[in-house]
Amino acid sequence: MEAFTTHTGRAVPLRRSNVDTDQIIPAHWLKKVTRDGFEDGLFEAWRKDSSFVLNRPERQGATVLVAGPDFGTGSSREHAVWALQNYGFKAVISSRFADIFRGNSLKNGLLTVVLEQKIVDALWELTEQDPEAEVTVDLEAREVRAEGITAAFELDENARWRLLNGLDDISITLQNESDIAAYEAKRPSYKPKTLHV
Amino acid sequence: MGRTLAEKVWDDHVVRRAEGEPDLLFIDLHLLHEVTSPQAFDGLRQAGRPVRRLDLTIATEDHNTPTLDIDKPIADPVSRAQLETLRKNCADFGVRLHSLGDVEQGVVHVVGPQLGLTQPGTTVVCGDSHTSTHGAFGALAFGIGTSQVEHVLATQTLPLARPKTMAITVDGELPEGVTAKDLILAIIAKIGTGGGQGYILEYRGSALEKLSMEARMTICNMSIEAGARAGMIAPDETTFAYLKGRAHAPEGEDWDAAVAYWKTLKSDDDAEFDEEVVIDAASLSPFVTWGTNPGQGAPLSASVPDPASYEDASERLAAEKALEYMGLAAGQPLRDIKVDTVFVGSCTNGRIEDLRAAAAIVGGRKVADGVRMLVVPGSARVGLQAVSEGLDVVFKEAGAEWRHAGCSMCLGMNPDQLAPGERSASTSNRNFEGRQGKGGRTHLVSPQVAAATAVLGHLASPADLSDASVARTPAGV
Repeated sequence: MEAFTTHTGRAVPLRRSNVDTDQIIPAHWLKKVTRDGFEDGLFEAWRKDSSFVLNRPERQGATVLVAGPDFGTGSSREHAVWALQNYGFKAVISSRFADIFRGNSLKNGLLTVVLEQKIVDALWELTEQDPEAEVTVDLEAREVRAEGITAAFELDENARWRLLNGLDDISITLQNESDIAAYEAKRPSYKPKTLHV
Repeated sequence: MGRTLAEKVWDDHVVRRAEGEPDLLFIDLHLLHEVTSPQAFDGLRQAGRPVRRLDLTIATEDHNTPTLDIDKPIADPVSRAQLETLRKNCADFGVRLHSLGDVEQGVVHVVGPQLGLTQPGTTVVCGDSHTSTHGAFGALAFGIGTSQVEHVLATQTLPLARPKTMAITVDGELPEGVTAKDLILAIIAKIGTGGGQGYILEYRGSALEKLSMEARMTICNMSIEAGARAGMIAPDETTFAYLKGRAHAPEGEDWDAAVAYWKTLKSDDDAEFDEEVVIDAASLSPFVTWGTNPGQGAPLSASVPDPASYEDASERLAAEKALEYMGLAAGQPLRDIKVDTVFVGSCTNGRIEDLRAAAAIVGGRKVADGVRMLVVPGSARVGLQAVSEGLDVVFKEAGAEWRHAGCSMCLGMNPDQLAPGERSASTSNRNFEGRQGKGGRTHLVSPQVAAATAVLGHLASPADLSDASVARTPAGV
């Protein structure tokens, strides 16, 4: 995983709630068997509308998505995270994320930042009035900064440490392999098995 | 202090607990399908890692599989490639796979319970958000992303922060004609699509205790639509009777030991939930969605709401956008909404009881002119059971299409899709924009409402059929 420390970039204000993962990346894109090449599928249906915010010339190259509440609801597809990253987003800000989407984002180094809706509103107003306005997402300081806005955000220390260092979860877990083996040794015999090995 | 059901199952699976770290949980059962696993297997290959516990892993093909001509090569080359990738990955790593044509093939969340692999007090994961279905057995079951699929394949564990718990207590009797689907749609409308975010739900109360295992699966299945990764129901005699004798259920002394353990799996009387919601079963009626998220639902007897009636600005905007997408007007009676397609199937409502319920309503009647009704069993075995009961004939004589097992029109990854502007009454779980096909419009309903809707051509409940011979012509849409 790519490490995330701090990022500054222009923003895309997405005034929609309940942006589900079918909107982020429609199901027909999920037939791909790689983690890349999803950028053209990002918000595919909405991008057919030339007035959709992502299509506007002033939003090209923006890297921070500021979305309404309940972003990433629905399917567990990690392709939604890959699509946002493939397109160029480094961070997503919302007042509430769906649990599975949030977990997936943090495993891939896409920083999902939870801020109060009134801060999200302020970021929307700022970046709609001034598309050149930059937003800084600082994971070291756990702070989002933009002109006239400074907002602290929470992220549990363990997740923050993994992101700051770009650590691979599987390697960390396998350092405790003996704990797993000890647990396996005491599992009851009535537990289900898919194979008799 | 006592513990909740979720806390008991969680505690029993902690491999490692350390201050400042998420708990490392052991996973008892890992279900795989073709869509969310290829990148995980690639990750294992790149790191040179094997699958740690092949005996706790099983795969099936469901999302891409066609429901017609399953003996012929799959027409869509991209779908075919994804299924072939799963077959190669399972062969390379030694994972048990049930492919198209196999009697155990089907929607992953129908297959696990039907084999008796889903058991009380187990942890079950799958790269699919509807893994919450398995919580109906008192299992802690939740959907995971592909990175976590790889993590479970490699380690049979997951590092997880413990969620909060929410009790959803449903007391009383469900009125006649009101189903588990109506109940869960009403729960989602009440707590919202984000209401369960960060929680494990526990459904309890006298109304739940009376429900069959299949009805309980319908409820737990849609926990994710309320924002919760997992939903659970304490196991009881209904659960044990369902499991007894299934292919992977314990036998002999193991059965006795298992049941003794399973009987401990209920929330203690003095357990404290972080949140509690109470619902009166008697107040419920058939429920349908009118919008583009599963929380946008209402009783069938109601009308399309007026967005102006929402105080919250974001909800008002969401309702406006939903009505525009759905082609509906505020104030229009829901019963006046005409449909083009009726879909009966999915991990929510594709089990044998669902098919029986729909068949009982269309039996001896005809699907309305201009309406296409698709009936897709949740698994090949459910399909065989239905055929042995003659349900396929009932559906075909009514003018419905009887298909092979798979996810089908729930998400339209195979050819079963809505055309732009087409409207469905669907027993599936998501009414998102374009979910069932680009531009398609979805109303989520129970199998009973789906069947009555197919006969009358507009959203309807079985009670509306008593005067079917003089069925009115709907004015709307």
